[in-house]
Amino acid sequence: MSKNVSAVKDFTKGLWEQNAVFKQVLGMCPTLAVTVSAINGIAMALATTFVLVFSSMIISLIRKLIPTQVRIASYILIIATFVTIVDLVMKALFPELSKALGPYIPLIVVNCLILGRQEAFSSKNGVFRSVLDALGMGAGFLLALFMLGGVREILGSRTLLGFQVLPNLYEPWLVMILPAGAFLTLGLLMAYFNNREINKKTKQREAILQKHLSSKQSPAVEGGEA
Amino acid sequence: MNTITENPTYKLELASSPHVHSRWNTKQAMWMVVFALIPSLISAVIFFGFYQLIVVGVSLFFCIATEYAIKRIRKRKPTLMDGSAVITGLLLGLILPPNFNLAFTALGAIFAISIGKEVFGGLGYNIFNPALVGRAFLQAAFPVPMTTWQQPNFASLDSVSSATPLSAFKFDKVFADLSNLFIGNIGGSIGETSSLAILIGGLFIIFAGIANWRVPLAMTLGVLIFGGIFWLIDPMTYPNPLFHLFAGGFLFGALFMATDWVSSPYTVKGMWIFGLGTALIIVMIRLFGGLPEGVMYAILFMNAFVPLINRYTRPKVFGAEK
Repeated sequence: MSKNVSAVKDFTKGLWEQNAVFKQVLGMCPTLAVTVSAINGIAMALATTFVLVFSSMIISLIRKLIPTQVRIASYILIIATFVTIVDLVMKALFPELSKALGPYIPLIVVNCLILGRQEAFSSKNGVFRSVLDALGMGAGFLLALFMLGGVREILGSRTLLGFQVLPNLYEPWLVMILPAGAFLTLGLLMAYFNNREINKKTKQREAILQKHLSSKQSPAVEGGEA
Repeated sequence: MNTITENPTYKLELASSPHVHSRWNTKQAMWMVVFALIPSLISAVIFFGFYQLIVVGVSLFFCIATEYAIKRIRKRKPTLMDGSAVITGLLLGLILPPNFNLAFTALGAIFAISIGKEVFGGLGYNIFNPALVGRAFLQAAFPVPMTTWQQPNFASLDSVSSATPLSAFKFDKVFADLSNLFIGNIGGSIGETSSLAILIGGLFIIFAGIANWRVPLAMTLGVLIFGGIFWLIDPMTYPNPLFHLFAGGFLFGALFMATDWVSSPYTVKGMWIFGLGTALIIVMIRLFGGLPEGVMYAILFMNAFVPLINRYTRPKVFGAEK
């Protein structure tokens, strides 16, 4: 990351431009496994964000002390510390949610989204920027998991965050709360977003081409007159 | 498909390989398959009543409508008249349980065409058989309605009622009568029960040269061999291999699903591997799996291997070194 990238950009790039799920396709294990409902997705994303922000902060602080050869092991140790905190806090305060998320909370340790940010960002940048980056990435992860969990919950159990949104007439699609539903939803959402992006890029390219053509034409006309 | 005649003004149409030489073009062949499905439709009406035609009709309508809508959205040339959506619609309708919910049927049809076929790029690019993709989705989404079977209208008192012969075998260890199995006087999917009707249509497309005979033959031999081995080991626990042949969706799958041009191998050796592999998985699911029937999953599973099979059974170029 070059220094002239603004701090705002550090935060916002994680939201969409480099969205962990839809763009970098990182952290697929929790993304696919726990998003049977919107609340599970939110809880998972918040837990991940907590771990991400604090480990980014610590690693960025001691980035000059960590020897390069053992950096991954050191990162894991720091990440694991925060994961243990999250795991214990969730068990104590939200036992039901903790049960629903099961082994996926301890598995945050090996979430490649977190390790990836340490390796790519906080080991090279200052504390403030690292925290901003972590917050942005976490928010993007939250957005993606909420979307996945929401779609699956609406179609699979006709509720959203526990409130019924579809009439009883609608027969829930069981497949949506099965693993197959996670793959289907993720694939279709990704296809939709990629398609939109491609369309946007094509339009931009056409606009540039038009501009280029018209600017090329006009001097030629002028030259002809002269 | 691609013909360059001596007439230089003939429009040259390009299509990607493999180029299969055939008596029929795609359109003709597709309509012949539709024709071959008529006996199964008749058997469905005889055994389960006229309502089944509505189920098949809904499936047909939504397959065609989805195909048309997607081609319109993607601004591609409409390819309705090649009949492939019609076949998918008919096949999907025929492999659903009798008196199936019409809304679910429509959903399955939309899913079959959109996710089973058009996501991959349309006819010729789909990895999996679209009709089976639709059924697999319905099976996963609505397991209870998908396994609720109606007994045929002519069921006599001594025949198996309210269960398919396969689930009767699986859960109650009851073997069905083979003659009823053959005619189709049993519980089961709309068009899958009557082996006789399926054989009429299936042999028609084989002798017309539309479906390759190797895949159905390999599947039949495979089921006879693998099913036979277990039958010889213990005839009391494992059913007669002929039961495997005529029960459930085996014949329908072997003749109409596994012979799909797009999702089955195009090399001769590959067809044998594909057929035998499918048969092995069918026997394994039926005898040891949690489900009573495995034809759908077996074919879908082997569909996934087709690119690999094609790759490894590619004929050696003459004169080329290994």
